[in-house]
Amino acid sequence: MGHLFSSTLAFFTPSSGASPNAKQIDSLYKITLYAALVIFVLVEGGLAYTLVRFRARKGAVAAQIRGNTRLEVGWTVAAAVILVGLAVVTFAKLSSIQDPSDSGPEGDKLAGESGLLYASSDQKLPPNGKSLNITVIGRQYIWQFVYPGANEPDGLGAPYSYEEMVVPTNTTITLDIVSEDVVHSWWVPELGGKFQAVPGYHNYTWFKVYKPGLYRGQCAVLCGRGHARMIATVKAVPPAQFDAWLAYQKQLIAQANAAAQVARAKLNAQTGAGQVENP
Amino acid sequence: MATQLAPIPQVSAHKVEREATGWASWITTTDHKRIGIMYMVTTFVFFCLGGVEALMIRLQLGAPNNTLVTPETYNQLFTMHGTTMVFLFVVPMMAGLANYFLPLMIGARDMAFPRLNALSYWLLLAGGIVFYVSIFWNPPEAGWVSFSPLSNAIYSPSGGEDAWIYLIHLTGLSSLLGAINFYVTIANMRARGMSWGRLPLFVWTILTYSVLLILALPVIAAAVTMLLTERHFGTHFFDASEGGSPVLWQHLFWFFGHPEVYIMVLPGFGVISEILPVFARKPIFGYKAIAASTVAIAFLGFLTWAHHMFTAPIPEAILVFVMLSSYLIAVPTGVKILNWIATLWRGTIEFKTPLLFCAGAIALFLIGGISGVFLATFPIDWQVNETYFVVAHLHFVLLGGAVLPIFGAIYFWFPKITGRMLNENLGKLSFYLMFFGILTTFLIQHVMGLDGMPRRVYEYDNVGHLALYNAISTVGSFILGAGVLVTIINVTRSLKVGVVAGPDPWRANTLEWFTTSPPPVNNFDVIPLVRSAEPMHDIRREVEQRSSGRGGSQRAHDGVTVPAGATQVGI
Repeated sequence: MGHLFSSTLAFFTPSSGASPNAKQIDSLYKITLYAALVIFVLVEGGLAYTLVRFRARKGAVAAQIRGNTRLEVGWTVAAAVILVGLAVVTFAKLSSIQDPSDSGPEGDKLAGESGLLYASSDQKLPPNGKSLNITVIGRQYIWQFVYPGANEPDGLGAPYSYEEMVVPTNTTITLDIVSEDVVHSWWVPELGGKFQAVPGYHNYTWFKVYKPGLYRGQCAVLCGRGHARMIATVKAVPPAQFDAWLAYQKQLIAQANAAAQVARAKLNAQTGAGQVENP
Repeated sequence: MATQLAPIPQVSAHKVEREATGWASWITTTDHKRIGIMYMVTTFVFFCLGGVEALMIRLQLGAPNNTLVTPETYNQLFTMHGTTMVFLFVVPMMAGLANYFLPLMIGARDMAFPRLNALSYWLLLAGGIVFYVSIFWNPPEAGWVSFSPLSNAIYSPSGGEDAWIYLIHLTGLSSLLGAINFYVTIANMRARGMSWGRLPLFVWTILTYSVLLILALPVIAAAVTMLLTERHFGTHFFDASEGGSPVLWQHLFWFFGHPEVYIMVLPGFGVISEILPVFARKPIFGYKAIAASTVAIAFLGFLTWAHHMFTAPIPEAILVFVMLSSYLIAVPTGVKILNWIATLWRGTIEFKTPLLFCAGAIALFLIGGISGVFLATFPIDWQVNETYFVVAHLHFVLLGGAVLPIFGAIYFWFPKITGRMLNENLGKLSFYLMFFGILTTFLIQHVMGLDGMPRRVYEYDNVGHLALYNAISTVGSFILGAGVLVTIINVTRSLKVGVVAGPDPWRANTLEWFTTSPPPVNNFDVIPLVRSAEPMHDIRREVEQRSSGRGGSQRAHDGVTVPAGATQVGI
């Protein structure tokens, strides 16, 4: 019985569980669901009962009632009270959903080291100010993730990846969400809510993953014909593995840059064209 | 039934003008009833087109990674479907119902501005044609919300987007002129004695509908004009790279878009408030509360637009304000539902098709109302917005708040328009197919959304049970479609073979039943003095008293029309 109840409940609740903010949204959702189920059963039940009980029968006479001020004021106030209650619960949970918490002790040491962290001034940070800040760039029809660690002051040379965001477990990740063309929306259901990527704007959110694994999401605002295929995956790995991945990523990018420079020099020498500026 | 077909009172209006016939007389007509019929037929045709688009969407989604239609076609389908249902079906259908019945209900002989009324209709038709001819070239594909920058000339170069803009302009102008006409008619042309407190509730909702249209339409007209100049003349209102703002589009669109929801459902509420008392044989419970809640919903409807934008980059203060204002609007809406149930309570409910559609509408709208509370709570909205949860929510709201009441209105008022009854058995079959079709299609969509399926995707991977859920939803949509088809058959059939209705087949409460079915060109020979919110109730009682020999002497001084239509006091 209990199992039946919990599986029914799971049927009507969002996927959650991988990040504290998603868990809090899930519990807020469940509280609202309990209140909603009570109201649903009472009102639909009342409607059904009324329809059956007061169907036209021989000899029945309709009561000519035009209203009842006390009753009407009563249910207006009752509806308002329920909603005030929901608002109070929402506000109580708000900070645990919106505000990033500190990384766990076994989290990645990278996060928070000076020089590796650059968050904008209106982005919410964990209490200790340390998080791994990843810039999420929406583009028709692919997500790009840019990590801290640029070797040049203008942000060039930063490690990045497409489609799959690799993150360390137990580490607070803050996201700076931007777009380069149309409106997109970042969303990985198990890691909290969705946030639009709007050209010219920055949008922020955060998450923290405890269990290593793959978390699947996709763009949630119509962005054109390829919208359905604009997938985002978050791959959570232990911090050590993440550090290795990031270093490897940097190395690959450096190698690719070096190779490009060589190719460019060769091309310039062949064609005799003027120096192409090093990007 | 038999007793209802020989209603009391008998004929009280006569055909004093010869009715013109032939197609030219329809094109040149300024008669509110003919314009109303043209509105209703036209919008129902668009409803069928939008329905076919919906079925094609559901066919495509019936199986994971389906390749029935291309992504391009799919985007065009849902853009056409949403735009059609909002701008070419629900809003103008309400205008059509109001066109036909508002003057009759308030005891007027036509609308205040009959030619403006005709113009409203022809603008609507022009808007629909401009939009639908785009299917021969490139239909729009940026969704009915047409978010900029996706809708600008770079990302949507085809002329379909311009067709969409002109549709908004033409139907908007049509609605605006119609709204002014309704407002003036209600304000100035009510029967003697019909004070604001005796106005039929459907007329109250049309009054509110008109005010909402007058206030909301200029905003969308401005927005689409800005989009038009952005597409063709190089302005940059919504272009971030030139100092514009894509978020501005969302604000402007939803500042119109949210009141639009109430523009669609409030007249539906009015229909429910008219039909329930007739079939419960009871007066409406809390007339004043229902009228007041209509106005309260309209006012609050202008303060909640940003709840469509909880995931956009907007300040937290706005999130909180809009959450609270959206909660607030749930109060008058909930009050209406309880008032309706109280109207049925201790009545003698006759399960005729109009009553079934209205009771079903309440049941379905409640589901949409409750899921609306989830969506108003912005942290929950962050999870469920832009998923199939929202698709389910909006369909319960609009099917419950507008579409089922429209079908109830068709069954309720068809006898008045045509003089013939619709078939009850086919009507009930249509209702049950539609009701359970809607439940099958849309209940499961909540779960699809909770499982992470975004809306407006042309394909999906079979993660979890998404394939099963989508298959259920597709089956449901065809059951719903079958229900609509049964009503179409019923209407076509009953035009010729329906039982002759007589002036007042339902023993209803409002003045449209005081005249013949169909009413003559001038509507009424004499317009009775209105003494309560249920004038026909008073008149029937008066007639019954008189025919039973009592109260006959009151005739000279009570101001009630004699059934034979001869003597009338008070005009």
